[in-house]
Amino acid sequence: MPDAPRATSRRLAALARARARIVEPGSDGTPGGPSSEERPVPPPRPGVWRRIGLAALRPGRSQVVAAVVLCLLGMAGVMQVRTNDSGDAYRTARREDLVQILDGLGVESRRLEAEVAELQSTKARLQSGADTQRVAREDASRRVQELGILAGTAPAHGPGIRIRISDPQEKVDANVLLDAVEELRDAGAEVIEVNDSSRVVASTWFGNDGTTLLVDGVPLERPLVIEAIGDPHSLEEAARFRGGIVSEITGPKIGGDVTIAQLGDVVVTSLHAPPASQYARPAAAGPTPR
Amino acid sequence: MIPLIGLVVGIVLGLLLEPTLPTVLQPYLPIAIVAALDALFGAFRAYLEGTFTDRVFVVSFVSNVLIAALIVWVGDQIGVGSQLSTGVVVVLGIRIFTNVAAIRRVLFHA
Repeated sequence: MPDAPRATSRRLAALARARARIVEPGSDGTPGGPSSEERPVPPPRPGVWRRIGLAALRPGRSQVVAAVVLCLLGMAGVMQVRTNDSGDAYRTARREDLVQILDGLGVESRRLEAEVAELQSTKARLQSGADTQRVAREDASRRVQELGILAGTAPAHGPGIRIRISDPQEKVDANVLLDAVEELRDAGAEVIEVNDSSRVVASTWFGNDGTTLLVDGVPLERPLVIEAIGDPHSLEEAARFRGGIVSEITGPKIGGDVTIAQLGDVVVTSLHAPPASQYARPAAAGPTPR
Repeated sequence: MIPLIGLVVGIVLGLLLEPTLPTVLQPYLPIAIVAALDALFGAFRAYLEGTFTDRVFVVSFVSNVLIAALIVWVGDQIGVGSQLSTGVVVVLGIRIFTNVAAIRRVLFHA
């Protein structure tokens, strides 16, 4: 450090000491005076740390004052830090800042509301889509059941009749059987089964092998039993009308015997195994009829 | 030594007593603290340079704090409070840096 500032500072220090002595002659002047007179005099470079050390050992009035001020500062600092930490920052905020914060929150909440509305509409759309799909699936499975009954690939039960044909002369041939099935179908039979073993479906054929009856190539044993699911009364009438099955079989040409029982629950468990179609493939259909 | 003890005592008192400032004054406390820090570093610098007097220190401390708070208060009244407080913090920050630089030069010659 150059000489001139040091001299000035020394002079100022002396001045301050003198003033202190004038203001309070007895209190602090004597101990503080001589020691601090020497301290600025030695070159400050090696002396600064020593001066600080000496001051720490020999407290003076100015240190007490500084202590009081620092005490206040410490309290204020703690107060402020605590206020900041308490998270209640808005209590001390200015009005403009609060307005700005409120503004920002309003914008944010509007944005979030828009987002909520969008997500809710998406949710509704997905839900209705899922519902549609579920309905379609239920519908499809119901149709599978119906078609299964129609095609003979699913077991079925329901009210119907059982026709028992005893034919001791074995004169009932395929034509008679076909007539019987046709009559039953006309009367609304939904499921027809012969001898508890052969399901009658669209592709079923009847044939003769000598006196043996064949259904889909399977020989039938006598007596024949035809079970049909449908309105029992209609079915029985269809079998019994004049010139119908019953009169044909019990007539002199065949000389058989027919018993018909109306049943509350006919169970048909025999199934028709459809061969995989070799040429036909499903085409894209229009809307399924209901 | 005693100033350090005073600082510690102040912090402990603040922690134990949990003093609270009136709500009206609370916005000015941060600025006042920054101003007080400025006065504090200025005083330490003066002490190291041998020009320290407690009277000047107390007066400058109090006036710094009061003026800083006053400026911000006036700013609040005329609607530029946040800008003015930013300005005050900047100015005081510059002063603090200058003082600390001087202190560093005296203590470490660097």
